[in-house]
Amino acid sequence: MTASSTYTSVRQVSPWRENLRLVLSYALLFLIALIFLYPFVLAISTSFKTLPEINERPVALIPQTFTLEGYQRMFALNVGRWAFNSFLIATIVTVSNVLFSGLAGYALTRIAFPGSRFVFLAIIGTMMIPGIVQLIPMFIVLKSLNMIDSYSGLIVPKMVTAFGIFLMAQFFEAIPREIEEAARIDGASRFRTFFQVVLPLARPAIVALVIFSFQGSWNEFMHPLIVITTNQDLYTLPLGLAFLRGGLGQNLQWNALLAGSMLTTLPMALIFLFFQRYFIEGISYSGVKG
Amino acid sequence: MATGIKQQDRQDAIAGWGFMTPALILFAVFVFIPIFFAIYFSFTDWNGISPPAEAKFVGFDNFRVLLFEDGIRRADFFKALKNTAYFSLGVVPTQTALALLLAVIVNQRRLRFKSFFRTAYYFPSITSSIAISMLFLFLYQKNGLVNQVLQTITFGAWEPIAWMADPRGLFHIIFGWFGLTLETAPAWMQANVLSLSVWDWLSGPSVALMGIMILNTWTTIGTMMVIFLAALQDVPREVYEASEMDGANARQIFFKITLPLVRPTLFFVVTLGLIGTFQVFDQVYVMSSGGPAKTTLTVAYLVYRNGFTNSQMGLAAAIALLLFAIIFTLTLVQRRITEGKKE
Repeated sequence: MTASSTYTSVRQVSPWRENLRLVLSYALLFLIALIFLYPFVLAISTSFKTLPEINERPVALIPQTFTLEGYQRMFALNVGRWAFNSFLIATIVTVSNVLFSGLAGYALTRIAFPGSRFVFLAIIGTMMIPGIVQLIPMFIVLKSLNMIDSYSGLIVPKMVTAFGIFLMAQFFEAIPREIEEAARIDGASRFRTFFQVVLPLARPAIVALVIFSFQGSWNEFMHPLIVITTNQDLYTLPLGLAFLRGGLGQNLQWNALLAGSMLTTLPMALIFLFFQRYFIEGISYSGVKG
Repeated sequence: MATGIKQQDRQDAIAGWGFMTPALILFAVFVFIPIFFAIYFSFTDWNGISPPAEAKFVGFDNFRVLLFEDGIRRADFFKALKNTAYFSLGVVPTQTALALLLAVIVNQRRLRFKSFFRTAYYFPSITSSIAISMLFLFLYQKNGLVNQVLQTITFGAWEPIAWMADPRGLFHIIFGWFGLTLETAPAWMQANVLSLSVWDWLSGPSVALMGIMILNTWTTIGTMMVIFLAALQDVPREVYEASEMDGANARQIFFKITLPLVRPTLFFVVTLGLIGTFQVFDQVYVMSSGGPAKTTLTVAYLVYRNGFTNSQMGLAAAIALLLFAIIFTLTLVQRRITEGKKE
């Protein structure tokens, strides 16, 4: 406080110039916020419009005739099933990712076992391999394991990620050794120490990983695209949406498509609004500080 | 004592490998072994449908066809590479600069509603790429929001365009203003380099590709901004206060203090951007399927199209490996440049 009043007097910036700068900043920031948010607002509104109205007035903010037609069409197209699949897959993937990444991250940072350095580098090194490069190898393996067109094909390959291991490892690195050593002296096994002492301490990292895994799985497109070739009952929300876009040709039923898009967006939006602190923390764990 | 330590070592080895087992099995089956498969299949003519064991070994044929043999497949590969390069060159600097700018503005001490701005800017980053692509497809229609806004701010001068159906290259459009078209172009521009004419190489991103570039920038800025914000918040306040006391203006503070301090983060963000833009896929799949006139065909989409639509899995594996080599090289070059500047 005192520092700020000192330097303004030193620099002798006229107060109206300072205020002008602040006002311009606000104007700019609100304009940019509008650019980021307005498309969503328009999409929500359009999902409640009738098709003729969308054709005539595609940018009008308020629907003239309010209709649930778009949503009804989506549910007739099995969007409920897709949402269920997305939810099921994201949940299983998230739980196992936390568990397996936690175990691996702990072993790699806290247990001095032969080969740990090599394993760590090998796993972290795979983060360098772009997803699109892994697409074809993944398909080859899933095909040989008969996992094409199955839930297991959607879930099992995603049950642990290099990113998850990296994130957990970074966090475990920061926990003081004394805490677990105390537990070990009391005779607890490695396994018990991990679950009862170390894991509870890693709560912030776990929350970040839960959010990232769930978000990643919920929004994932490329993987389900190659795993699901014929069985539409296994579609996830993004895959179903993309399929609709392809199937409808030139005459797109915008109210239905945007209804589907908003149904896909809504759960993530809610999670984000409630847990946004962790999203942001998670991003800062993910490499900047590493 | 010595046996005690040995005992401890053994227990640690068992515990360590035990803890690693689930992760190691999954990584072996779905990452490590597949990579060798992919390398092997890039030397075969596998179509992706017949049993993999029946694939015929063809040596370097796939790579030769892509790199050294004049024809449609080399033309497509370099077209995709060209589009991807324009995409990356347009998106990475733009999103990095805008994200840093936003981070600096949002980081101002006296600013209020900080968390609102941060939330608003970051929001698009968490949404499904497919849902967003659908949304932008809607906004990019001829009578859609984007054209209407452009018309409003140019006081009606803007001619509405069907963004995603427009194959005209940006540079071609600009050449056109100076009367330079394919017909009037000098002979050297008609020459063929790597199965594409020089004129084609110089097209710039097509309008449709720019549509996807804008979308991509729009969705990624938030993430990059949050990364920059984390770095900016690590800079002690006193550093800024001291420089302001010394009479530095905003521009000097930005270039002399902020920028050098966030240089490692800048490297990180540019690397993320490069890796991301070199594998654009989802948006292309939903919005344009590589069209119009293959101007949104990206390398990632070419991999998918060859492997899964055209049943040329061997060729697709070869393209994927080349893409990996390109991304890897770019990252190294970029690291060299950033470190070089540090002195």
